[in-house]
This record gives sequence, C-alpha cells and structure tokens, in this order.
Amino acid sequence: MKEPLIRRRILYDKLFKIIIVLLTFCSILPMFFILFFITSKGISAINWRFLTQLPKPVGEIGGGISNAIIGTIMLIGIATAFSLPVGILAGIFLSENKKGKLASLTKLCVETLQGIPSIVIGIIAYIWLVVSMGSFSALSGGLALGLMMLPVIITATEQTLILIPGSLKEASLALGVSYPRTILKVILPAGISGIVTGILLSIARVAGETAPLLFTAFGSPFMNLNVLKPINSLPLMIFNYATSPYPEWHTLAWGASFILIILVLGLNLFTKIVTKRWKVQF
Amino acid sequence: MESTVLKIENFSAFFGENQVLKEVSLSIPQNRITAIMGPSGCGKTTLIRCINRMHELIPDARVSGKIFLDQEDIYATDPIIVRRQIGMVFQKPNPFPMMSIYDNVIAGYNLNGIRLAKDEKDRIVEESLRKAALWEEVKEALYRRGTFLSGGQQQRLCIARALAMGPAVLLLDEPTSALDPKATSHIEELIVQLKDTVSIILVTHNMAQAARVSDFAAFVYLGELVEFGPSGSMFTAPKDKRTEAYLTGKFG
Amino acid sequence: MNHSSAEFLVLRSKTKTMRWRRPAFSESSFRKILSIAGVFVLLLLVAIFFSLVIASFPSLRNFGIRFLFSSTWDPVRSEFGAFPFLLGTLATSLLALVISVIFSIPISIFLGEYSAQGTTATFIKSMIELLAGVPSVIYGLCGLFLLAPLVRILEMKLGVAPYGVGIFTASLVLSIMIIPYSASIGREVISLVPSDLKEAALSLGATRFEVVRKVILPYAGSGIVAGILLSLGRALGETMAVTMVIGNSNSIPKGIFSPANSLASVIANEFTEATGSLYLASLIELGLVLFIVTTIINVIGKLIVRRMGVEG
Repeated sequence: MKEPLIRRRILYDKLFKIIIVLLTFCSILPMFFILFFITSKGISAINWRFLTQLPKPVGEIGGGISNAIIGTIMLIGIATAFSLPVGILAGIFLSENKKGKLASLTKLCVETLQGIPSIVIGIIAYIWLVVSMGSFSALSGGLALGLMMLPVIITATEQTLILIPGSLKEASLALGVSYPRTILKVILPAGISGIVTGILLSIARVAGETAPLLFTAFGSPFMNLNVLKPINSLPLMIFNYATSPYPEWHTLAWGASFILIILVLGLNLFTKIVTKRWKVQF
Repeated sequence: MESTVLKIENFSAFFGENQVLKEVSLSIPQNRITAIMGPSGCGKTTLIRCINRMHELIPDARVSGKIFLDQEDIYATDPIIVRRQIGMVFQKPNPFPMMSIYDNVIAGYNLNGIRLAKDEKDRIVEESLRKAALWEEVKEALYRRGTFLSGGQQQRLCIARALAMGPAVLLLDEPTSALDPKATSHIEELIVQLKDTVSIILVTHNMAQAARVSDFAAFVYLGELVEFGPSGSMFTAPKDKRTEAYLTGKFG
Repeated sequence: MNHSSAEFLVLRSKTKTMRWRRPAFSESSFRKILSIAGVFVLLLLVAIFFSLVIASFPSLRNFGIRFLFSSTWDPVRSEFGAFPFLLGTLATSLLALVISVIFSIPISIFLGEYSAQGTTATFIKSMIELLAGVPSVIYGLCGLFLLAPLVRILEMKLGVAPYGVGIFTASLVLSIMIIPYSASIGREVISLVPSDLKEAALSLGATRFEVVRKVILPYAGSGIVAGILLSLGRALGETMAVTMVIGNSNSIPKGIFSPANSLASVIANEFTEATGSLYLASLIELGLVLFIVTTIINVIGKLIVRRMGVEG
C-alpha cells in the first residue's frame, strides 16, 4: 500500500521527531548537572559557622561567608535605591506617552542599556565613582548593579501599566481626581504586582553578578557596613575562592555557590508563583 | 416653567480638523431626565464628554462655545472642579478593582486627599449606596472588593460613587448597554428615582429606553442638535423629518 | 424622598465650597517630571558612551586604529593591541553560537510546534528559563572544576597540551549559557506561524518534518536569525564564566584548545592591576570596542524581532 518513497518520508519524519526530542532533553541536562554538583559539593560546607563567620586566612580551618552575605544584601539595597525611583518614573513616562519622539528614543535607550555587557557597566561605575572618590566602595558597586537593574524595572513598569484598561483612568478623572493623583493612587497600585515582579527579577539578575563588582565594590575579607569602603559579595567571593590555588577555599566556593543559587533560583520561582496570586482581575 | 441647570450655547467640538459637534445650543432642565439620542457617531457621547470636560483629554481635541452650570462658565473653571460637580457613569461598569466597595464609593474623597471623619464617611457611603439602590445587597460586605458583584450591581456601585460627590448633574453614557434586561430595568427604575436628587442626562441608542425613562429628549444627528423637546410629544409627533426617520428606524 | 434630596443638596453645596486640597503638584509639573525621567535615561546612555570614549582617549590618541590590529599586549613596554582579544572573543562566541544553535533550534521547534502546551512544555520551558537565571560565576565554577578536567582528558587523547582550559572549554560553557536566548525567541516566532499555512501543507500530504522544513522555517527564518543574533550579543559580552575557563593568555591563540583571552576576560583579569594611565586607557578602550560591537548586534537583532511582531 505504501510506496517506498512515502515510506522513506515517513521514516525521515519519525527520525526528525526523535532527534528534536532528544536534543531538547539533552539541553536541559546541564541544569541538572549544575544543581547536582553544587548541592553535593556545597552542602558539606554549609553549617551555622559558615553562614555567620568571617573568612579566615589561608591555612586556618573554617571561616565563613557572613561578610559576603551582608555585602550582597547591602549592594542590592543601594542598587534598588538608585534604580527604583528613576525606573518607575521612566516606566510611567513610557506608558503614558506611547507615541512621541522622546518616548521612542527613550525606549531605544532602555533596550540598549539592557544589552550593555556587565563588565562595561563596571568600567563606567569605576570612572564615575571610584576615580572621583579615590577608592573602591560599596556605593560604586551599588551604582553598577543599579545601572543593570534600571532597564528591567523600566520595561516591567511600562509593560504592566500599558495593560491597565483606560476605563480605570477615566473613572478616576471623571471623579475630578487630578492627573498626578490618578497615576500615583489608581494606576500605579493597579499595576503593583507587575512592577514588583520586575523589581524581584532584576534583583535576581544582579544578585549573581560579579563582573561589575570586580573594580567597584572590589571585595574585602572584612565585614563592612560603610558604603564608602570596599565590600564583599557572594559572587565575588565565589570567583576569588574558585580561582585561588587553595582546595579549602574551593570547598568554600562550592558552599557559597549553593547559597547563591538557592537565592537566585528561589527568587525566580517565588516571583512566578506569587505574581499569579496577585493578579487583579479587570 | 422648568428651571435650567445646564446651558449649552453655540457649542462646537473638534478632533483636529474634524468637526464633531456643530453649534449645539441646549438647555438642560433641572431635576429632570434628558435623553440624548442619535445614531452611532452622531456626537452624543462627545457632547456629554464636553460637559464634564473629558473630551479635552484627547490630544488634538478642541472646543468652542460656552457651557454654563448654574451660571458658571465651566470652561473658565478648573476642569477638576467641574468634574466634581458633574458626575459620569460609563458604558462598561468600571469600579476600582483594588478597592473595597466602601472605598469605591468614597473614592472621590479619598483620591482627592479630602480628610473626613470616619462617621461622616460612613454616612456618605450609606446614603450613596441607598440612593443607588445597592445598600441592602452589600451592607454586609462593604469591606470586600467589588469584583464579586454582578454587572448590574457594579454599575449601581459606579452610580453610588458618582453620587457620593453630590453632583448637580449626572451624565450617564449608555449605562445599560452592557447589562442584561433584568439589570437594565433595575437601573432604569433607579434613574427615575434619582431625578429628585440630581439632574440627569442620559445618552442612549435604545429608543425604547429613552421613551420609557426620560422627561425630555434631544435628537442629535451628524453633530447637529436636530430637535429637543418633552419626550411625550417628541416620540409621538416629532417636528423634524430626520427625527421621524430615526424614530421609525429608517437609519440606526 | 424629599428629605434625603435636601440632604444631598446640602452635601452638594458643601463640596462646592469645601476647600479641596490642592494636589501636591499640578498636572504640568508632574508631566515634566515624567519627561525628565525619560530624558535622564537618554542622557545616561550618552554619558556612558562619552565616558568610555574620553577615558580611552590616551590609548585612542596613542595607537589610533592600529590598536585593533596589533597583537602585542605588553604592559611593560606600554605597547597595547587588541587583536588577540578580538580573536579570542570572536572564536569563543562563534564556536559557542554554532554549538548552541544545534540545541536551541530543536528546542524552538519542539516548544513552538510539537509540544506547545501541557506539562512537558511548561517543564522544559521552566528549565530553559532557569538556565538563563544561573549566575555566570557559577557556570564558571562548574566549567573550571567539572568540565575542564574532562577537556583535559580529551586533549591528552588528542595529543595536544592538556591545559583543560582554553577556547574550546570556554565555548562549551558559553554555548550552554546562551541557549535560552535564541531558544525563547525562536519558539515565539515559530508559534506565530499562521496555522492555515501549516494546515494547507498538511492537507496536501506533507509530513510534519516537511512542514517544518518547507513552511515553518522559511516563515520564521528571520526571527530565528534574530534570536541567534541576540544570543551572539550575549556571548560577546559574557565575562565571568569565560574568564574562569579561557586560560588567561594574552598571545594569539594557536588553535581551538589554546588558552586565550577575550575582550571581557582581559579586562576582568587586569583592570585592578593596571598601572599607568595608558594601560588603563587601553583596557577601557577594549571596553569601548565591546560596547559598540554588542550594541550594534543587539540593535540589529531587536529590529528584526520588532518587525516580526514579537516582543523579545
């Protein structure tokens, strides 16, 4: 019934599907490998001392990553402080001025900013803050991370607010509410879940960044709460320990990686789950 | 003799070069229901949006002529003040989704930063909901979000929200076209009851509704006010040929 | 009825005369603030570009265009040339691109055509997205301690110097990192292929494979290319993972297994130790080159994506 030509075409079709499926599933294998090895090599280093102690000099047993954890939190805080106000305002600007030359130009700039390699951002923060301040600092590291968070927050704000139906704005304006109050007290709260998602996702992005901190925050073996001094962070520590020649430090690097990946992937998953529940019905 | 609450004099409205309203002159009687009818695109929605100064929010929109609310030229007043005195209810109910029913009703005050004592707020909310014939149905659920309400209830909530501001005029832009017949008749009953409280301008493309509910009717066609008069005589014996053609369904 | 309408009239006169609080800012000043935020973003980008140019000035002035073609990188003699790093960046990125495409196009076809909905699709999509979320330094860590030893074994079998690190290892790690970018855009453009085109082909007796080859890929082709371009842009700028496994050598790499440096990795390695303004300016000029190249590639990719109606 089936000619040989048709049989061959059906064979190719089946082969194709097998190859596609195989390659697809192969490509997610690295994820499993990464998670597996980080967990198996890292979990042995995790204990209470690890999380609460400062790093010890080479040769001494123990030591921890407490300054890196605090440093990461501080850097994220500074970065958020830099990027949040401008980010949300620019996002509102873009959503309220969909046509218009300034808006399209700004949008282009946002997309360009998003594509700038993180090491170049580090160079910029170096030029702007480290050179002028004369030293490495948490502030310059926070600026670098803030520059990376900015385009994500702007885009998330814009995309969220665009989806809000115009009837909401009309309802508010018809009550005699002024335009600024309408935007700030009606439109922005209506979009809060999308905006918070954007913020959380941008935090997840910068929490794992190392390159922009190499010559801004620079890293430090000490606990530092002063924004004008160098500060450590989890990714920086992982880099420094992994590229060192000391096996004890390699173990610490795995342990720190375990903490970092839980933080980053956890934030990503958390964002996905929570925003589904916050979605407001229009 | 009817007293006039709103006087429209030689009023024209434009979208860029396109003239949508042509020299409309109309006196809206106080405490009555005035229906504005006409086929789609005739300018009736534009007209009421000019009355509460929402038309000018569109870029390229322009107006000429005058509209007086109780002898005040509304185009010489701050539009925000105008909108607080002239309320609007939209075609599709649009309660604020993030707010409770209570907060929705009092939104005009909250959003404007007006501080009121709690019992005064309670009083306004209850009165407005009673006037909107919604109080009995929601009084146990005032602090819940309004999303569980039916379409008709949501629309009554929007009416309550507008009434809470104590407006002189209430603009209703096809308020029942998105609702089922039962909800529609509830709202129509409500509108008739409300005319003691506010003067009502009702835009509708539903002629039967206009005939049922309104005291006065205006027929607008291609941006012109073709005819205006008491509903009784207008529907049975229209003076203008165009009105008659519209009412008999020659065009929609 | 009259009683409550009288109350309402009282309320109305009250609201007319009540001192409504003036808004904190007027509409026009608020709109101005919004515009300022927009302009700020613009100025930011301009400032970034000019800062890079100005800071590279000593190097630009000293070496001129030779900088891009010179292969000497000698901090001692203050002789700097970008060529080894251009080569390193291109080699790792292009090789990574080729390897990643082998996986990302099948993923796009799988998720866009074969299995667009359902738990498998969601699972695979989430896994791919997670791949994009793993920090670069962790890829570097795994590359250094897990992949490099394997590559060393391979190199020994092949009879080349068993560094373990080098262009090949860096390309492998990079390829995994950039798969999500081309896969997600590819998936979107493939899912946008109109079903009536596909159904027409199927009704003529085409197999699914043939529909993919003759209808889907031609239609979605430019979108897939755009996705690949965007992942190239990502690869060019990738720093940490590459730095940790590329071998840190400033001479021209001899072969695929040689250690090398990319534009990003040499900056990462040497920036903090750069002494002298010419050294630093040269490193910053490398950053400028990186900035320009990635921007151009990203803009081209985004333009194509925008034209296909997909929001990357």
